[in-house]
Amino acid sequence: MSDVAVSAQSITKIFGPTEGGLRALDDVSVDIRTNEFFTLLGPSGCGKTTLLRMIAGFETPTFGSIILDGKDITTDPPFRRPVNTVFQSYALFPHLTVAQNVGFGLEMRGKQKSEIGAAVAEVLALVRMEQMAERYPSQLSGGQQQRVALARALAPRPSVLLLDEPLSALDLKLRKQMQIELKRMQLETGITFIFVTHDQEEALTMSDRIAVMSAGRILQIGAPREIYNAPANRFVADFIGESNFLPAEVEGPAAVKLGNGASAPAAMPDGLGAGTRVTVAVRPEQIDVCPEAEGILSGTIAELVYFGTDMHAHIDLGDGATLVARVTARSDAGLEKGGRTGIRFATGALRVVEETA
Amino acid sequence: MSEASGSLRTLEADAAARRIRRNWLLSLPALALLLVGASGPLLIVLVYSFLKPGDFSGVIWEPTFNAWFQILFSRDIFDDTIGLADAHLTIFWRSVRLSLSTTLITLLLGLPTAYFIATRSGRQRMFWLFLITIPFWTNLLIRTFAILEMLRNEGIVNNALIDLGVITEPLQILYTDTAVLIGMSYVYLPLMVLPLYAAIERLDFRLVEAGYDLYANRVQVFRRIILPIIKPGIVAGSILVFVPSLGAYVTPRVLGGGKNMMIGNFIELQFGQGRNWPLGASLSILLLFIVMAALLLYVRASSREEPHG
Ligand SMILES: Nc1ncnc2c1ncn2[C@@H]1O[C@H](COP(=O)(O)OP(=O)(O)OP(=O)(O)O)[C@@H](O)[C@H]1O
Ligand SMILES: [Mg+2]
Repeated sequence: MSDVAVSAQSITKIFGPTEGGLRALDDVSVDIRTNEFFTLLGPSGCGKTTLLRMIAGFETPTFGSIILDGKDITTDPPFRRPVNTVFQSYALFPHLTVAQNVGFGLEMRGKQKSEIGAAVAEVLALVRMEQMAERYPSQLSGGQQQRVALARALAPRPSVLLLDEPLSALDLKLRKQMQIELKRMQLETGITFIFVTHDQEEALTMSDRIAVMSAGRILQIGAPREIYNAPANRFVADFIGESNFLPAEVEGPAAVKLGNGASAPAAMPDGLGAGTRVTVAVRPEQIDVCPEAEGILSGTIAELVYFGTDMHAHIDLGDGATLVARVTARSDAGLEKGGRTGIRFATGALRVVEETA
Repeated sequence: MSEASGSLRTLEADAAARRIRRNWLLSLPALALLLVGASGPLLIVLVYSFLKPGDFSGVIWEPTFNAWFQILFSRDIFDDTIGLADAHLTIFWRSVRLSLSTTLITLLLGLPTAYFIATRSGRQRMFWLFLITIPFWTNLLIRTFAILEMLRNEGIVNNALIDLGVITEPLQILYTDTAVLIGMSYVYLPLMVLPLYAAIERLDFRLVEAGYDLYANRVQVFRRIILPIIKPGIVAGSILVFVPSLGAYVTPRVLGGGKNMMIGNFIELQFGQGRNWPLGASLSILLLFIVMAALLLYVRASSREEPHG
């Protein structure tokens, strides 16, 4: 088996006429490695499902090709691809029992009855649904149906498992629990998972690598930490976690001049000459509040938003910009709405990001 | 706690009882109409089936099982021996055979048609459904004569076949079972298409995708997923076609001629030339029972359906 499980090469998908149709995917290339938990992350309508459906075989690319384990499968029908899908709607067969649903793929592959029985029992145990084998889908809760859908897709031991927002219909608690279980199953089975979500937190907790998508393009591919700590552009910085954006001017190789003229260290791509107008991103938790005199910037507290462990202080910098700083509820002493405060940045907090159109 | 839930149940029971009373009242007019309009005549027919035929028409009020006996057996006029009524059995068998064939043909034609319509977009769907229902606007007799015109020896079908060189002599289609079958299939096709359409339209096509995803090819997806899920529609359509086919009167009369009778024609004959009202009555009741048996089968088949989500 090669290192690359699935390779999408220059995929463009246009719905409708090739000229002037809807460009759902625009020259997307990505290599998904064998045995990794890979996540496609992006806002609604960015083309995640379209890309997934092309790997499954339900959609044919307008341009480009899909390679699976070194074989070009671009035009193969879905039933000839060793790829299974967990559908967002589960799509369990209503007229079959849980066991029959799970065994369906193996049966279609012409496996022996005894072999199917053993495999079904094994997968049902993996998703902890052994007790429900003889039930019909309508007799299951949403979470249980979700597990059956997962078991059904895992049973034929596909080389790649596609999951299209499989957790979005579950409530928060069940969702968290399923996230952990999904990760466990991926490790236990060693199957390559391609997971689609628009929930950045979900993507960060589960994935080995993430591709951040927007408007039919992949903006950045990387490990969760990499994407969170070093977003390639403004869209990624904004979509993953929360970010503040400040206008600045390049001062030197690793320093910028902020709006009030104060200079601060900032990470930036090579080749930016001094004087270039740029945008710097900074995470709320990387901002410290301090007495006004000690801050590199200062401003007025416009809003204090309390949410349990932490608080968000919205600080009006006076020049039209507002910063959100995360303050632990313990250290809020002295902060009050309308008061003045100083701001400092943690080391490595500032990062020049490319503006996205 | 138990008291509270006990009184709660009573309240629920009260509400349910009120609801049932109200529904009863509302359905009273319909029930009355059914009682008078359906049960009344039926009762008369049932009573007549146990009477003796009048000399020219009508009945003589003398109780007998003769009419029921005559359905299956006949008494030889010369030596009084009792034998099976072959002619009757032939008619029954033809009726059942033609009705089953009609059901099968309409199913085979209706399934792809319904599938085609159900997979069109909204506006096109309405158009095709409209086309399907157009025949209902025209009198059955007129449509049947149109078929007769097409099937006769100098009709469009034979002419076309001759012109194409497929045959040299016109085929005798008219006044055969084939003609009846063609006519009935044409007449009852919409009754098959509509319930099938309703079932396929409700089908979740994501299930079809799931089937393909799990290595089922087109045939397997159809047999293992689509067919079982639309089964209620297939059964409903089959009943809707089989039941009126069995009692068909106009079509076999016009296209089958006098010889290729079906039960409906045979019953009519008893009330007319045959001058045997009791036999006609017993045959009608028998037909009713066959139809009821078919419906019962349907109910059994659909209630054995597994619970759906
Ligand atoms: N069959 C189709 N015909 C026409 N346009 C389509 C079709 N499928 C998807 N699109 C369009 O392609 C774009 C991408 O759709 P896609 O379903 O891939 O988005 P997504 O990222 O999965 O969004 P979501 O998070 O809402 O599921 C959308 O603008 C959508 O309207
Ligand atoms: Mg989607």
